Amino acid sequence: MAKKKISFPQFGNYCIPFEYLLTNILNVDYIIPPPTTKRTLELGSMHSPDFVCAPFKYQLGGYIEALELGADVLFQVGGVCRLCYYGELHERILRDLGYKFEFINFSELDIYSPIDVYNKFKKYNSKLSAPAIATKLLICIEMVKMMDEMENFIRENVGFEVNNGSFDNIYNEFLEHVRKVKSKKELKKLYSIYYKKLKDNEVMKPKKPLKVGLVGEYYTIMEPFSNHFMEKELAKKGMVVTRTMNISNTVFWLGREKELKKKVKGYLKYDIGATGIDTISEALELAKKKYDGIIHIKSFGCTPEIDAMPVLQNISNDYKIPILYFSFDTQTSETGIKTRLEAFYDMITMRKEKNK
Amino acid sequence: MKIGIPRAFLYFKYGHLWETFFKELGIDIIISPETTKETLQIGTKYSIDETCLSSKIYMGHVYSLIGKCDYIFVPRIATLQDNNMVCTKFHAVYDLVNNTFKEYNIKILDYNVDHRKNQTEMSAFLEMGQKLNKKKFDVVRAYYLAKQNEKRMNDVALLEQEQLLKINNKIKLLIVAHPYNVYDKYMGEPILKHIEELDCIPIIADIAPKEEAIKKSKKISPTLPWLYNKELLGTIELYKKDIDGIILMTSFPCGPDALVNEIILRRVKDKPIINLILDEQEGTAGRETRIESFVDIIKLKKGDVNGKEKN
Repeated sequence: MAKKKISFPQFGNYCIPFEYLLTNILNVDYIIPPPTTKRTLELGSMHSPDFVCAPFKYQLGGYIEALELGADVLFQVGGVCRLCYYGELHERILRDLGYKFEFINFSELDIYSPIDVYNKFKKYNSKLSAPAIATKLLICIEMVKMMDEMENFIRENVGFEVNNGSFDNIYNEFLEHVRKVKSKKELKKLYSIYYKKLKDNEVMKPKKPLKVGLVGEYYTIMEPFSNHFMEKELAKKGMVVTRTMNISNTVFWLGREKELKKKVKGYLKYDIGATGIDTISEALELAKKKYDGIIHIKSFGCTPEIDAMPVLQNISNDYKIPILYFSFDTQTSETGIKTRLEAFYDMITMRKEKNK
Repeated sequence: MKIGIPRAFLYFKYGHLWETFFKELGIDIIISPETTKETLQIGTKYSIDETCLSSKIYMGHVYSLIGKCDYIFVPRIATLQDNNMVCTKFHAVYDLVNNTFKEYNIKILDYNVDHRKNQTEMSAFLEMGQKLNKKKFDVVRAYYLAKQNEKRMNDVALLEQEQLLKINNKIKLLIVAHPYNVYDKYMGEPILKHIEELDCIPIIADIAPKEEAIKKSKKISPTLPWLYNKELLGTIELYKKDIDGIILMTSFPCGPDALVNEIILRRVKDKPIINLILDEQEGTAGRETRIESFVDIIKLKKGDVNGKEKN
């Protein structure tokens, strides 16, 4: 039997740990979909309902592109908002388009019952053993955490690099190597080497650089194409860019809800759904750390993030911190976004001068 | 003490429950007046522009209660029995109101239903009763009476609708819409009226044997997470043989409906369907024309070109 080819749409750099986990525990090849482009979005929105959130459209386009590359098993991880219903509709639309594939929808599984998940995947490797999964899963989790940490460091420093592209080069090298690690020890060694390289990379940082923080919806903030490479755009202007939202700080954060609730006291009484509460807690933290500005990123119609906006406005008033709001849909023109970013940059620069 | 209840959102689902509960406890209530153009205008002013229409209407109702009562009643509902979720709007609505009307220093009375956190409707009502300084016994009694009344009112509505479903010489259209859209004076009612003027019978999907509908919804969509949508979806399955067409009525840009409507359009193939989007546009001619031509198509299909049943 030919090896199955499994795939999941692009999502930041996380395709690497996905690939690592799946190829190591299952008897499958992993197809990394091509980087998200305008074509991905056009393919996706052509077959999507009108006012579904943009991540749905991106992912649908991603599935189609993966199928074109020969993928025959697709999966959808689901989530806590509309995301948990994506899978069924994605599958439906792709089937109506006539594609042939197997679909693993996590919303159909009881994710709280490991046995259910195990049985689903057993099909792809008859020798699947629990200890093997556990070791590989732990390495995969570790990998995600390391990537998140390194990316955080890069975001804060890349704007000040002396040699253009040096940070990206180091990080890409790390990503290339990390795919082939065999053990946790090896992974840790690799991490320490490359983290040191990042730290030693030459930067020219002013004493008090401008600092902005990004907060917002899960997908759009993490998939760079869908936010028009906002982080790069900001770094180019010579700013420290901070983003707390990533997989480590959501999925892997045990006790997240309890702690978040403590942090947002005074602004929220309840969890407002999906990542709304993260947005508020992160924005509060940035405000308390005296950042120069916050940028709120979301896809059009994202209800939890829309509900977070009145709260953000209150934080903005209380802490006197400017917040710029972006809502992305399938519009791909750069000009409007660049102009708004420039105006925001000028405004926070002037504020900083004035408050000196 | 006087409690103000906004006539929007879940009022159309739990109104009987709330009203009886407060009445039995001897608490005065005031319900905001029916939605008008002004309600929506004010609500829009106090909402983020891309919020759904129903939420804007809700904010308008909340505003109209400011200064007219001691507490504004804004419950929070997150998860219900059997892992059923609701739209995240209802997770957030308490904090949304609180943050939006911060400058008015309003006082909010709330209860929180979250089955995943072991907070059931009953325990939520008990807690609310405590906050209102009522004896536990009285609260339990009021809750049970309220539940009974809720059931009675639902049963009456169901019986009435079953009579309508039996009528055979008129075109029956199933209106699949959230209760806060279909019963709203400004949004849904004009559409229902128009359908009646066309000599058709609107069948409201919200009126149905809910438990049965929830089970049936699995047939069309097995992974649907939202309870309120499950109830509506299952009704399509339940009433399918008695109706001539389906109108999906959605407020723009409703999160759950955006996906569920697409599933309905792709899965329900044996009945004609139109998708009506309600937004802030005031002109009604566009949607009236659409409904009229939809009815015409159904008549044509039945072989009734001149408006009379074919013999």
